[in-house]
Amino acid sequence: MSVTTSQSATVTLPADDQILITRDFDAPRELVYRAHTTPELVSRWWTAKRGEMKIAEIDLRVGGSWRFVMVTPDGQEVGFHGMYREIVPNERLVSTEAYEGAPADEYPENATLNTATFEESDGRTTLTIRVEAPNKAVRDAIIASGMEAGLQDALDLLEEVANSLR
Amino acid sequence: MARAATTADAFNAVAEPRRREILDVLAEGELAVGDVVRQVGLPQPQVSKHLRVLREVGAVDVRGDGRRRLYRLNGLALRPIHDWVSRYEQTWSDRFDRLDVLLDELKKEEGDVRDD
Repeated sequence: MSVTTSQSATVTLPADDQILITRDFDAPRELVYRAHTTPELVSRWWTAKRGEMKIAEIDLRVGGSWRFVMVTPDGQEVGFHGMYREIVPNERLVSTEAYEGAPADEYPENATLNTATFEESDGRTTLTIRVEAPNKAVRDAIIASGMEAGLQDALDLLEEVANSLR
Repeated sequence: MARAATTADAFNAVAEPRRREILDVLAEGELAVGDVVRQVGLPQPQVSKHLRVLREVGAVDVRGDGRRRLYRLNGLALRPIHDWVSRYEQTWSDRFDRLDVLLDELKKEEGDVRDD
């Protein structure tokens, strides 16, 4: 069965404490950047299929903070927040990101430094997100959190994509 | 986070930095415990303990060679780690699929604005 027209994000682990995520989009980078920096727009894609966005706050200036909170179908709140460190409109966005649910005793400093770059070529945009964790344990915990996605989500998504193609 | 299952699967077995070092060393080829001890720089009892954990999850295989026991890496058992990254990748793929839909809308809006 081959119904999905979407392409996968590519995730690599370039160093012990890093994650590198890349993906191409069929849109100019201004739009991809706007989708990352406008609360109403972030709310529409960031939760994927994992829940509904409850809070999306973005204070887009160096030193300004951001906070995203989603509610999962079983009522759990999952929150992330951080601070913008560097902003080059449409090109580069550097910010910290901390998971609010990380056990403080196990991961006293769980914030990562995320560098997103938006490169455009022929109207297409390559988004690269480099996630730098304070250490390997945090990096691994972040990746392990992806396991919550599970098979069911993947199947739900497949169905949704299939339906949208009708 | 559950602690009980620390060594129950390949993922947890390689969460320990020293065990990853041992795997790195064994990736170069089959070795006796003594060689691993020398290359990793840990006391033999510790190395043996780590090797036991790695054997339990199948990350390393062992065979007897006279009086020596030779250890080697078993890549297949590390497959779950590959799958582990794949699931994280799936989360991002799901997000970006939604972003694709949004971007299509934004492109149309932009187009409409230009047409006016």
